Amino acid sequence: MRWMWEVAVRAYRRQATYRGATFAGVFTNTVFGFILAYVLLAVYRERATINGFDAVDAVTFTFVMQGMLMVIGIFGTTDLADRIRTGDVVADLYRPVDFQAYWMADGYGRSAFYAVFRGIPPFAVGALVFHLRLPSHATTWLLFAVSVTCAVAVAFAWGFILQLTAFWLLDVRGPNQLGWLVAQFLAGVFVPVVFFPAWLGTLAHALPFPAMAQLPVEVFLDKHDGFDVVHVYAVQLAWAIALLVAGRALLARAMRKVIVQGG
Amino acid sequence: MADVATEMAAYRRLVGARMRADFQYRTSFVLFLVSQTLVSGLDLAVILVLFSRVQHLAGWSVAEVALLYGFAAFGFGIADVFVSQVEMASRHIKAGTFDLFLLRPVGALVHLCASEFALRRVGRSVQPAIVTVIALTQVHVAWTPVKVALVPVTILSSAVIFGCVWVVTSSLAFWTVETQEIANSFTYGGMTLSQYPVDLFATWLRRLVVFVVPLAFTSVLPASYLLDKPIPLGLPRWTALLSPAVAAVLVVVARSVWTLAVRHYRSTGS
Repeated sequence: MRWMWEVAVRAYRRQATYRGATFAGVFTNTVFGFILAYVLLAVYRERATINGFDAVDAVTFTFVMQGMLMVIGIFGTTDLADRIRTGDVVADLYRPVDFQAYWMADGYGRSAFYAVFRGIPPFAVGALVFHLRLPSHATTWLLFAVSVTCAVAVAFAWGFILQLTAFWLLDVRGPNQLGWLVAQFLAGVFVPVVFFPAWLGTLAHALPFPAMAQLPVEVFLDKHDGFDVVHVYAVQLAWAIALLVAGRALLARAMRKVIVQGG
Repeated sequence: MADVATEMAAYRRLVGARMRADFQYRTSFVLFLVSQTLVSGLDLAVILVLFSRVQHLAGWSVAEVALLYGFAAFGFGIADVFVSQVEMASRHIKAGTFDLFLLRPVGALVHLCASEFALRRVGRSVQPAIVTVIALTQVHVAWTPVKVALVPVTILSSAVIFGCVWVVTSSLAFWTVETQEIANSFTYGGMTLSQYPVDLFATWLRRLVVFVVPLAFTSVLPASYLLDKPIPLGLPRWTALLSPAVAAVLVVVARSVWTLAVRHYRSTGS
């Protein structure tokens, strides 16, 4: 497992070299946080709570979410798909390590960097202007961190499946964009899942997406206390395992059926 | 004038070539077209989710906000088809391939936008166009000739304003290639902001989008006039009709910024 640590450390360092991009990303997340926060506050001028979320919950939700977007990688990447398209993936498959675990370690390294440098700043800037709520207990921070770690696995597994379609389609930008847009919306990136009409909320919770973002933010907001948190983790881990297994099955199919691009 | 005609002819040829290239990967093209249509649909879905919980947002009904969405997203969609390619400048600068655009007998901006043209982006305008029409039938408007003319003029002005925002913010790439994402705050962020009644934002933000980055002229100011609502910031009514003038001024600004930026260009030389 030592090699996974090394891959993750390399991914962290690679991300750390893009200082300008980090600043630009924080700027953009913060701007979107402001826009969405004002829109949600306008909703709360009409009523006091929505499914147990008051105005402070909703605005806090928005800024925690903006900080989490890159940590869970909800915009998707095409690193793997690009290597499939160019044929470089052959080199990855030759390595004496598990293919999926290799890319997962890479993803976790990146997420660790984003957690510190993209996660905290939008929240901090938001707190200067809006009334935000910090977790009431110190343990909530720990529970939140575990939930985010699970969310990263779910999102990674989803992205792995989307990128593997490159073995059949070559140009994955279409399915990649489609897959992540649905994920963003149903994960509560633009508007919390608790705002959804009942039927849409039920649909969302029958799919893996709330486990990527909505659930960890609910943990941050102390919406799940005691044994309830175990339930959240169970849901997240179930989706992570199901999607990881599905990804492995798809990879096995690709290995049998598809001829890799050469040259 | 001959220059403009030559540029237009070159533009058409380049765009034609790009479209033929796109059709080579048909499945990807169709999937991408679908996803582009869905992108704009999601913004509307957010509005509808919010209105499943309330009747009004800052005094605007769902049909009225849908009209704001229509004006902003339709204009944005048109700019996305023709001008958004300018954001590729940062990638070309980084790769050192921007040199190519300076060596051709066509303006760098026209050439860049033509060579990165993607027909699938049309998907982004289709759905807002339909929403605009439906919203117009649902809201109450005391129609006058001015108001009839205001609808197409607003959509065109909105397209020009978003296009200029794209050019100005992407020009930043000539100084620092890593910060392209800041442009997203103004383009995509600007479009999101323009879909909502400006009165729900803080006063400083309202002033910003009226006087500095004039996004309010893409949707909320003309819509306030159309619906006989008070003009934001207590401005006189006629200011709501200034969208085309604002768009024209922005074109001049965008041209100057782009020219300045290109002059600043230094090739990577690799």
